Amino acid sequence: MRVFIVAEIKNYTMNFGPQHPAAHGVLRLVLEMDGEVIQRVDPHIGLLHRATEKLAENRTYLQSVPYMDRLDYVSMMMNEHAYVMTIEKLLQIKVPIRAQYIRVLFDEITRILNHLLWLGAHALDVGAMTVFLYAFREREDLFDCYEAVSGARMHAAYYRPGGVYRDLPSSMPQFQPSKKQSSSEINKLNKNRTGSLLDFIEDFAKRFPTYVDEYETLLTDNRIWKQRTVGIGVVDPDRAVALGMTGPMLRGSGVEWDLRKKQPYETYSELDFKIPIGKEGDCYDRYLVRMEEMRESNKIIKQCIDWLRENPGPVISNDNKVTPPSRSEMKEDMESMIHHFKLFTEGFHIPKGEAYAAVEHPKGEFGTYIISDGANKPYRLKIRAPGFPHLAAINEMTKGHMLSDLVAIIGTQDIVFGEIDR
Amino acid sequence: MTQSIKKQTQSLKSFFKKKILSFDEDKGEITITFDQKNIIESLKSLRDRSEFDFKQLIDLCGVDYQDFKTAAQDEKRFCVVYHLLSLRNNQRLRVKVFADDDEFPIFPTMTEVWPNADWYEREAFDLFGLMFIDHPDLRRLLTDYGFVGHPFRKDFPMIGKVEVRYDPTLKRVIYEPVSIDERNNVPRLIRDEGIHRG
Repeated sequence: MRVFIVAEIKNYTMNFGPQHPAAHGVLRLVLEMDGEVIQRVDPHIGLLHRATEKLAENRTYLQSVPYMDRLDYVSMMMNEHAYVMTIEKLLQIKVPIRAQYIRVLFDEITRILNHLLWLGAHALDVGAMTVFLYAFREREDLFDCYEAVSGARMHAAYYRPGGVYRDLPSSMPQFQPSKKQSSSEINKLNKNRTGSLLDFIEDFAKRFPTYVDEYETLLTDNRIWKQRTVGIGVVDPDRAVALGMTGPMLRGSGVEWDLRKKQPYETYSELDFKIPIGKEGDCYDRYLVRMEEMRESNKIIKQCIDWLRENPGPVISNDNKVTPPSRSEMKEDMESMIHHFKLFTEGFHIPKGEAYAAVEHPKGEFGTYIISDGANKPYRLKIRAPGFPHLAAINEMTKGHMLSDLVAIIGTQDIVFGEIDR
Repeated sequence: MTQSIKKQTQSLKSFFKKKILSFDEDKGEITITFDQKNIIESLKSLRDRSEFDFKQLIDLCGVDYQDFKTAAQDEKRFCVVYHLLSLRNNQRLRVKVFADDDEFPIFPTMTEVWPNADWYEREAFDLFGLMFIDHPDLRRLLTDYGFVGHPFRKDFPMIGKVEVRYDPTLKRVIYEPVSIDERNNVPRLIRDEGIHRG
């Protein structure tokens, strides 16, 4: 008789991060492993906590707008959008229709920006390097749109309570000749920059669907990609709702929920687009949902361009208790001067009350909740970050998966620590 | 939208009746304040009954009302605000609960009603020092390991209480009381007159 002695193997604990390339920032996970199988994940977050909400309590409403850019730093303008929408709701002011279209246009540009970064980073984590390089090529063009409209490539501070800071520019910034590039090369680079910003975006919107096709040829039927994502991190629809998931995480599980359709804000009710949903609720479905969302965003962008070309008009409310008067008025008119001075020193006051407004952020529902006691600063600002409940669900999503699947799940959640830690 | 708000108001009032301490409808949003007693049952029926169907907890946050007394709160300091969303009825609801004791604010945990309350409650505990009874894992979430105090309380200074630096003689990072003063260029100002449109 032969006796086998099997050594008793106990779970062991492993540390992941906080500085790991696949951790998308500063995520520290304490993993309880049984061999290579994950038993428990305990995320330690807060390494990027800047107390944005506390800071906002000590600043005027307008001064907090740039802080919003820095929350989810890959979809900057959407964060501003939720914040200014809450202020507009509290003040009950109307935003000019052109400003609404500009906001929708830039929301969708931002959605593409975000999904491109997600796609590149997710594919890179799973082992496909090329997509990352392609995605960043397109992001460059979109950053140029940000730059043309606000002067900043990332942290735009473009949306203001009452509208947007300024109208779309009639010219694009051009590449200048240098020692490194000959004038013919420069001319080639400047080819689609000769017209207005809208021409540039239109040119991009024409090219973009073929780019998405390119990404799909690299990934959608790729055997390795499928092995790493199909059936990984499955969340069933009821559970996804209970866990507070929103956005592509919820739609990937087959729940048809999109704030742009269900609780339309700005001009989304007048635009034609579809909500893609998944079926299985795994990483692959969420990938397909996001890819399709990029195509839909592109459609919305085209519709916005057509509308914006034909309908000039004001882009910010003329209620000078909230929005600054134009520079020329400010120089000539005493009352405008006073308004300007008061707005940029004391800021505007918001009547007592509270409001919550949310937008369909690329990652899910991004909302802000403001309590005002009638002062020029919020009494309490709460930011509802979409990534927060997603990351909280990581323990449930990874249980029983291999360590390498954890990386795919972090990728599919589209985690950005600026918003989770706030 | 106004139609559905009216309907929602009616069904809330007819079901909860006296349990609602205060009811407020403003800018298309409904806020109800519950008493701490039976709060779990009330929120469970908000989740399970088909006329409410608030299956999703969108947000949970603490609020420190120390410097802002409103009629609804009855001089109490700490509050937890739940933002609920019903996907099927396409409705939102805000629920508020106040703690009876200002010194040691206690709330029942909602982790068994909505699983994602777990982290939200940890955050509220961390930032406001709210205690959630029966919470499975009430640790700090956002602040540093070994942090002292609850930074979002109104009596916690914005610049914090300690600063860190590397001490070359001790050859390690040390904590010291903050050496700078708080800088506030724009005073907080409440104007009764001249508020927008005034």
